[in-house]
Amino acid sequence: MSEIVLETREITRDYHIGGGLLRQGRVIHAVKGVSFKLEKGRTLAIVGESGCGKSTLARMITMIDAPTSGELFIDGEKVDISRNGLTPELRRKVQIVFQNPYGSLNPRQKVGDVLMEPLVINSDLPAAERRDRAMQMLTKVGLAPEHFNRYPHMFSGGQRQRIAIARALMLNPRLLVLDEPVSALDLSVQAQVLNLLADLQDEFGLTYVFISHDLSVVRYIADEVMVMYFGEAVEYGTREEVFSNPKHEYTRTLFAATPRATPESIRARLARKVQKAPAPPQPARA
Amino acid sequence: MVTNAKEADAAIGLEGGPAVDATRRAMLYEFWYYFRQNRGAVLGLCIFLLIVLVAIFAPLIAPHSPSAQVRGSFLVPPVWQAGGSWDFILGTDAVGRDILSRLIYGARFSLFVGLVVVTLSVISGVIIGLIAGYFRGTVDTIIMRLMDIILAFPSLLLALVLVAVLGPGLFNAMIAIALVLQPHFVRLTRAAVMAEKGRDYVMAAKVAGAGNIRLMFKTILPNCTAPLIVQGTLSFSTAILEAAALGFLGMGAQPPTPEWGTMLAEAREFILRAWWVVTFPGLAILITVLAINLVGDGLRDALDPKLKRS
Repeated sequence: MSEIVLETREITRDYHIGGGLLRQGRVIHAVKGVSFKLEKGRTLAIVGESGCGKSTLARMITMIDAPTSGELFIDGEKVDISRNGLTPELRRKVQIVFQNPYGSLNPRQKVGDVLMEPLVINSDLPAAERRDRAMQMLTKVGLAPEHFNRYPHMFSGGQRQRIAIARALMLNPRLLVLDEPVSALDLSVQAQVLNLLADLQDEFGLTYVFISHDLSVVRYIADEVMVMYFGEAVEYGTREEVFSNPKHEYTRTLFAATPRATPESIRARLARKVQKAPAPPQPARA
Repeated sequence: MVTNAKEADAAIGLEGGPAVDATRRAMLYEFWYYFRQNRGAVLGLCIFLLIVLVAIFAPLIAPHSPSAQVRGSFLVPPVWQAGGSWDFILGTDAVGRDILSRLIYGARFSLFVGLVVVTLSVISGVIIGLIAGYFRGTVDTIIMRLMDIILAFPSLLLALVLVAVLGPGLFNAMIAIALVLQPHFVRLTRAAVMAEKGRDYVMAAKVAGAGNIRLMFKTILPNCTAPLIVQGTLSFSTAILEAAALGFLGMGAQPPTPEWGTMLAEAREFILRAWWVVTFPGLAILITVLAINLVGDGLRDALDPKLKRS
């Protein structure tokens, strides 16, 4: 059971910025030495504020960008795309679902072609078989066969995200990287998509790396949680550990920043406001 | 069995199913709706279609052969002037050829020039622009500086030089004009490709394993077509105009080809004596170019999503 699908060791990524005529180029350390292990069938949630390196980490795991230093293992096999390139087998092991379902589907491609494209590229299945598989996947993510020949603009955001998930699953990946997959959807649709993801995980034995800044979503879906802050993993542990006993100061701030909608918390917030209100106005600073 | 399978395919919207046809028809209808808003564009389209029909059926319509010289009727004025006859509705030129027939046949050459030039420059321009916009870096810099150089020349002068090098003739003129027009397509394609390349769907196709060629031609290019269609239409008229100009300067189609620009050149010496010899070819060029430009403007309005009122 404890088969490790994904492992990173001190993985880093630097970006070189600028270097103009008069300015010196700067180096931005987007991800600074992140290490973790992820077992098959588990979900790792990566949380943090915007610009903390979550998406950069996702791009490295998905093998879109090569890490500047550090090691990446997928299924115990060392991956180094900057040196060895990328084999089709490796390619099909990791797939990604993007945040914005309105941008991640080609507007000129029918849904059926979207789903069959990975098979056309990576396998030599006959056309009829490809179509059957795409059709099966379409029904599996909760869409109907008649959607097969429609264009993406004819779908709602939630449906589009289902299509994006179906596309990612066409190659039977081991690992699915979900880059804020529900952030662009409204709440009821978020729940549907999250449930779909949970069902698919059980059915295919998928491993998820789930990137989010929504802690309620993370609490719902994650087995393990990693908190990132300015490129570093400041907290890493199981969901229970992290949520019940956050060790790092930033994690506590993050949890405290989550809006709560219970009557007590609203009352407490109002009380704080009333206390603050009589304070004398600040003089304007020049 | 076979029909059953076909019906099943059609029911779920596979090839030829009513659902596909319906969406295509809807898209076409939407396009036509926006195109129709622009009266000038519809008028231009009608005129253009008329010219196309005239060109196709030239042998049936033309009253005379375009190169037949009628002895004794040199410089006959059009019907409505004193001395005109119904034999030559728009009059004859200096060697007794019927101007109307020559204009009708000339439409063939003009449309042919437009079509060939646009095809040549679109194909080469799109491929070069795609490479520049997709790979960026040094390749991009080299290509774009080269295009800047071509654009820096006055276009007619460059075409003239090219024809002088290649030798005069309609075909060489077409190549020269295509080369002069092609930088516009390169620039447009490059800009569109650069905008599309950063989108998530391109990244998604890449993660699915798509190679460079597939990404360039199947993923990105279909999303860049709208500005290219508009530019293609407008280039069509530019090509006709430049071919006429080259013909006028004696570097395009050679006499006795009934090409409109060449006709103008032959009539130059009679401008004062016989106004019809220059006016009608000039009018033919003017009307054709105007009609195509109107269609181009209408296409731009219909294809630009920013101008759509929803």
